[in-house]
Amino acid sequence: MSAKASWTGRVRAATLEKFEPEDLLPDHQPAYVASWIYIFGVATLAAFIMLIASGLYLTLEGPEWWHTSKIGHYVNSVHLWSVELFFVFMVVHLWGKFWMAAWRGRRLATWITGCLAFFASIITGFTGYIIQTNFDSQWIATQAKDGFNAVGIGAFFNTLNTGQAILLHVSLLPLALGAIVIWHVILVRKRGVVPPIDEAGE
Amino acid sequence: MKYNRSSIDPSKKWSGPLREYDLVKEIVIAVVVVGFLALSLAALFSSPDEKALTMQSWATEAPADFVQTAAGELAGTTTSASYGPPYNTNGSGQNIGPVNLGKIAGVRIPIDPAKSFVIEPLSIEPDSVTKSAIATWGAASAKQEIEWASAYADALSKDGKALSIADPTGKFGPVPTLVTSLFSMAKSGALDGALTTSDTNLPTNFTKPLLFLADSGTYFPDKAAAQHLSGDQWGVMNETGSWPGQSWLWLYSLWYQIEPFKSSGNADILVMSLMGVLSLGLIFLPLLPIISRIPYWIPVHRLIWRKWYQRKS
Repeated sequence: MSAKASWTGRVRAATLEKFEPEDLLPDHQPAYVASWIYIFGVATLAAFIMLIASGLYLTLEGPEWWHTSKIGHYVNSVHLWSVELFFVFMVVHLWGKFWMAAWRGRRLATWITGCLAFFASIITGFTGYIIQTNFDSQWIATQAKDGFNAVGIGAFFNTLNTGQAILLHVSLLPLALGAIVIWHVILVRKRGVVPPIDEAGE
Repeated sequence: MKYNRSSIDPSKKWSGPLREYDLVKEIVIAVVVVGFLALSLAALFSSPDEKALTMQSWATEAPADFVQTAAGELAGTTTSASYGPPYNTNGSGQNIGPVNLGKIAGVRIPIDPAKSFVIEPLSIEPDSVTKSAIATWGAASAKQEIEWASAYADALSKDGKALSIADPTGKFGPVPTLVTSLFSMAKSGALDGALTTSDTNLPTNFTKPLLFLADSGTYFPDKAAAQHLSGDQWGVMNETGSWPGQSWLWLYSLWYQIEPFKSSGNADILVMSLMGVLSLGLIFLPLLPIISRIPYWIPVHRLIWRKWYQRKS
């Protein structure tokens, strides 16, 4: 059996063999990649790393720790401000890609995965807000339930069930978001950075 | 150096001029700078933590509202009591055209407010008077229960401040005893535990106390309004105090401020559906004929790639 015929060979051909090492870890970029707007993609990733780091610290100590510990309150603050920075950077990145029409040149999947990352971030952020175990989380959970119930989602995702929301926030949703972000970054590396508009007859 | 158009076909690998770049260095610098920003903002501005409300705080700070809400649960007049799916079949939920997605999903979190919020907690360790009231309530017909509770809820509501109303003619049945006992239980703090431990001894599910609290006529919504969290205050995207909240939900919040959503009985399903359509629109924006051409008509890209265009010219 040839290597290509095996399952492993096929997976390798469909993944690793699609990339050159310099595509994955480039040390050169097209000359047009020279603008402040490119900072916001990597800044979003950096804020995501801060979110994961501060979130893991909060996870290790438990959901009520930050109410009673000064260090816990500070770590919670880092988590909150990382969320705010993450969304600011991501929205600027999204707007930048819109004005660059960055879906050109077979980059539709890159745009779609970026949008999916945006929506997955909103849902992940929302579950974070309803597991604060304070007044804010009580109010948000009781108000948001009506929207979810109206479309039938509330029967399966109960915003008033704090345990369910905690598990979603620290396990399923970060995994899903992380997978989408990795997929998005791989597509960016595979297709390269979109060239300027007005070229190639556009 | 000139480049022909085929050399910059966006679907082909770039073969034009390159510039030096260091991906790993960029990521490390970004993490250091953003990390410093997050750590500094956290140190400078901290984060809010308004204490959670409890049945005890409700009964202590707004006793009249508590007893009125408890009577309303027995009378079936509260929001929870007439909600519909996924909690019960007492309401029809919301429709978009002929479609009722809540009904399709069904009752998967069964809540009977009179039983779940009042009778079951009281049944844990009742005194003899409460035990007798529970028995009288349980033996009565549903019609009789509603008549007693409605009469009592009306009387409490008319007075506005009373914690109990005398019943010389017996038209309230066992309801005053039930409500007064629940109020005492709430003030002692016992009701908080009773509402969460009815299904399991070590709970993480707060559906019952939160639904009960959300039925509050003034206590819970007044606390929220004081923190600018009400729906008409764009509360969806706000945070307690002056901290930034989920500002990325601004568009979702916007629809609740304008007609026809603002006054619609189906506002939630209409807004959720509209946001679903708009989200799909964003995902598939590159395929939309007019919107996908906007970046070509409004040349913001000239600013973004100005160095490249200058170099070419």
